[in-house]
Amino acid sequence: MKMSHFIARRLFYSIFVLLGLSIVIFTMSRIFPGDPARTALGTLAPQWAVDNLREQLHLNDPIYVQYWIWLTNALHGDLGMSLVTKRPVNTDLATFFPATFELVIFSIIISITISVVVGVTAGRRANSLFDNIVRVVSYLGIAMPSFVWAIIAMFLFGYLWKILPALGRLSMGTVHPPRITGMLTIDSLITGNFAAFFDALKHMILPGSALAVGRLAQDTRLMRSSIVENLRKDYIAAAMSYGIPERTVMFKYLMKPSLIPVVSIMGLEISGAMAGSFIIEFIFNWPGFGRYGANAMLNKDLNAIIGSVMVVGVFFALINIAVDVIIAYLDPRIRMAVRSE
Amino acid sequence: MERLGLKREEFKKNWYKFSRNPLSIIGLAVVSMTIFITLFANFISPYPEHAGWFTDFNSAKLPPSIIHPFGTDTMGRDVLSRVMFGFRYSLMMAFTVLVMVVPTGTFLGLVAGYYNNTWLDTVIMRLTDIFVAIPSLVLAMMISSLLKPSLYNAMIAVTLLWWPWYTRLVYGIASSLRNEYFVQAAEMVGASPLHILFREILPNTLAPIFTKMTLDVAWVILIGSSLSFIGLGAQPPTPDLGTMVSDGYRYMPELWWISMFPGLAIVFTILGFNLLGDGIRDMLAAEVY
Repeated sequence: MKMSHFIARRLFYSIFVLLGLSIVIFTMSRIFPGDPARTALGTLAPQWAVDNLREQLHLNDPIYVQYWIWLTNALHGDLGMSLVTKRPVNTDLATFFPATFELVIFSIIISITISVVVGVTAGRRANSLFDNIVRVVSYLGIAMPSFVWAIIAMFLFGYLWKILPALGRLSMGTVHPPRITGMLTIDSLITGNFAAFFDALKHMILPGSALAVGRLAQDTRLMRSSIVENLRKDYIAAAMSYGIPERTVMFKYLMKPSLIPVVSIMGLEISGAMAGSFIIEFIFNWPGFGRYGANAMLNKDLNAIIGSVMVVGVFFALINIAVDVIIAYLDPRIRMAVRSE
Repeated sequence: MERLGLKREEFKKNWYKFSRNPLSIIGLAVVSMTIFITLFANFISPYPEHAGWFTDFNSAKLPPSIIHPFGTDTMGRDVLSRVMFGFRYSLMMAFTVLVMVVPTGTFLGLVAGYYNNTWLDTVIMRLTDIFVAIPSLVLAMMISSLLKPSLYNAMIAVTLLWWPWYTRLVYGIASSLRNEYFVQAAEMVGASPLHILFREILPNTLAPIFTKMTLDVAWVILIGSSLSFIGLGAQPPTPDLGTMVSDGYRYMPELWWISMFPGLAIVFTILGFNLLGDGIRDMLAAEVY
């Protein structure tokens, strides 16, 4: 089987899962108590207005008809109106998504770089003082909910020592780059606005580290244990005894197999950061998709809730497919298995 | 008598394995302490009446001191007392969720695993695929917002999305065990499906389930406190740790103690359960993902 067939099959399967997910989410949004029209208009609105809105939202139809209407509209790129912002949900999502995407990618870069460097160092010197310190710190990191770290970091770096900006995406007075991709770092680089680039980067450090903290600790431990495990392998001993330089052994024979477990949880990691953004963006006042989703949930804005949850689902599915492809590239056994199937 | 002696030997052996790691002992101590505080919060907290709608503006916003070791919040309530009650809500959440989730998830996993490659397997396992296709936190937030946000609805939300993990864990074991000789032998002598599910297969899944449960306590506490932090879980004045952190962080630079101590209390609890869970995993040598 070729790689393209493998990808196609994964895509096909993901479409079914996503359809199932949309059915579950849609059903939940309709069968749980509470009238969406009444929620949207408030308790003071007259009954006729509520009835009109119910008609407009097809709430009087049977649920499978409602789902069918929603699905056909969604496939045409229309996720309905947000009852709170009074704008189409897909416009809202397109506006807010890049800010979150930028932040999530930044946090993944933080967690992968630090965990690989620290994990490899600790794994090569297992049970040294450094290894033990890393172990204790990573235990703390895993036990630290992202919002607690966000508040501690905000207090220490943002308020007490005042070395990093705590809120928003840019400081007052920085020239805002024109919106091209919606990601400030990229937009400012395209337009050559380096002041804005560094300012945007500085603003990402605190929220990015908050999104990274739990995963970072877990990855470090994973990286350490897979280094320790692979160091015991015969082929490493063989390579060393042939007199191959240690650097070559490290990067060519040790790193590649040790990276596989870390890459394989990267899908979970990115989606975890995505989920974390629902809370972290709230704290740091980051105008992104997570804050939009969390606000929709707090205001029971049904179309926006369904839209943002489905976006997370689609994103997760795509990331997982990408991760499978990367692993197949890193691990020849899987690659061969895919081919020979 | 002999069986009792064996049991004791077994216990001694397990305890030896468990206590070899000092971190496990720390975990056990922390967990015992939180459970103790949870049970006796009414008696050991300095101001038990501060758990609810209590206001005393004369002693509001006091920094940590000997009378109020963790300071007081904007309503004049003692933060230490509220943190002690906060443990109660966190543990209650974890306990309730696991009590509902573990039997359901295990049962579905047993059925799907034993009736491997039948329509039952397909239906159950494809359903779990849907639930794991999205991060649990987002799903929990969505369900508890669609229900009316409250502590009980947050529990329902987490319960609704947590069972698939147990189903998947048990499914993996059950579907491989069903081809073992002892299961086939039981089938051959005419044992009923219920006997095979519960007396032959279930005992072999208990060690990983038990390990996963101790580690899951920490996860449920984390999700629960995140929900109440964002406002989709326990509502004020409930002294839930997440609610307390979110109440306090608005007053951040000056009144840091209002949110910092409940936040550290969450870290403390989760750390304890994680260390204990790791200890139990090493002791039972069960692989759990």
